[in-house]
Amino acid sequence: MKRAFPILGVLTAILLTYALYQALVVAPTEQTMGDVQRIFYYHVPSAWTAFFLFFINFVASIQYLARANPKTDRIASYIAVGIGVVVFAAAFFIPLPEGMRASAVGTTGLLAAGLYFLVRSLFSQTDTDVLALVTAEVGVAFCLIVLVTGPIWARPVWGIWWAPGDIRLTSTLVLWLIYVSYLVLRRFSASGQTPVLAAALAVLGALCVPFVYLSIWFFRTQHPQPVMGGSGSIDPRMMHALLINWMAFMCFAFLVCWSRYRLEKMQREVDEVQALESLKDVSRSAR
Amino acid sequence: MSAPSGITRATLLKDLRLEWRSKDAINSMLFFSLLVVVVFSFSFDPVAEESRHIAGGLIWVAFLFASVVALNQTWARELRNQVLDAYRVSPAPANSLFLAKAIGNFIFVSVLEVLMTPLFIAFYRLRALGPAWQLLVVAVLGTWALVVNGTFFAAMSIRTRSREIMLPLLLFPISIPAILAMVQATTAILTDENSARFWIVLLVTYDLVFTTSCLLLFETVLNAE
Repeated sequence: MKRAFPILGVLTAILLTYALYQALVVAPTEQTMGDVQRIFYYHVPSAWTAFFLFFINFVASIQYLARANPKTDRIASYIAVGIGVVVFAAAFFIPLPEGMRASAVGTTGLLAAGLYFLVRSLFSQTDTDVLALVTAEVGVAFCLIVLVTGPIWARPVWGIWWAPGDIRLTSTLVLWLIYVSYLVLRRFSASGQTPVLAAALAVLGALCVPFVYLSIWFFRTQHPQPVMGGSGSIDPRMMHALLINWMAFMCFAFLVCWSRYRLEKMQREVDEVQALESLKDVSRSAR
Repeated sequence: MSAPSGITRATLLKDLRLEWRSKDAINSMLFFSLLVVVVFSFSFDPVAEESRHIAGGLIWVAFLFASVVALNQTWARELRNQVLDAYRVSPAPANSLFLAKAIGNFIFVSVLEVLMTPLFIAFYRLRALGPAWQLLVVAVLGTWALVVNGTFFAAMSIRTRSREIMLPLLLFPISIPAILAMVQATTAILTDENSARFWIVLLVTYDLVFTTSCLLLFETVLNAE
């Protein structure tokens, strides 16, 4: 495992370089926006990566709460399977909004359920707390990239830095705020209770996301239509550059999460040993 | 052991009696939102047509900030003499306690709204152009959305350092969809430019989802150690 880390690091560096080349040289210049549009190759992959990490945070938080007790663990597993099956079936029977493909929605449902069991088999209950912390931290960083690159693009194209009425911008901002408050809670609560309180907050925060997103479809939005699952269209070479960039960003996020995970685990071990040592000192001095 | 509803009622009556005798929460909430009304009316001085567009936002922001005062006191009151620890070791179901606290807060904030609304109407010369009875629905649903999450997060923030600051930090981001819905619905009713139905349905769903999940998670949070 230890050797895999530098290998993955080198691979990620190569992939990021190749993705940069794709985004800046290979991808064609957009007709109306010009070169400003190239920020899209950083904006969109960061957004997808951040949402993916927040989803893992949600799964890890649910598992931290559910696996404390075998009964709730079983119920949660049934619900995960149920959601996967129901979404997969519903995708083919319910009329979807224009531009969404039934097979894509169905597979997403199955993948989400699969991810639940992947996390469940890879991490013990206490480790899911570390996973939730790590993904929230890295997710907040990526979400911040989205929030910074968005206005840089919007200024020359829309003429404004920020469209306050636009719900897609607002919802990403709200998402970022929710996870910042999650990190603040972790920082400010007494160490023994942090995991439970943070997990409860993460679950409520994730439940909030559909409500924020529901309003996208209701409010008229200024943001370009989503590339995936929306009615927007894109040149195949641009799509290629975008996907390469997403792959590179995901590898990079994985790398950062991994090293942060190891660091946090070590930190906790050190804390544990120190607590034990101080207990020993106390009992020695009492004697 | 008495029934869960009995425990809820007993806790609720105890809280109401405490509040009736001390009037701590309601006085500070009233004075606070009065200040907000006065300061806003100085800084905007709108004509009737404009104020219809901004009043929805002003009212709910004032109530939101004022309700934090009541919410912060919810559990802080129980810390004295280790009452909260006594609750935790007692066999009483945690959810009855949570419901009692949420209903109590709902009553406090509703009283505040009933007393403050005439002032708002007077200061901003408000008159609803749309169906005014819907405002009542929005007020009930919106207040419940605020207090159910607020009671939950107050129980969470009581465990942290600098707890008075923690509550708004946790509560506001999660409440944004509800606040958006309340403000949009109120503005829609006041101006009668479009229907408030979507926002009311959103509020109902929000209330259902968050009441359920708060009830499911409350016991874990109360006993977190």
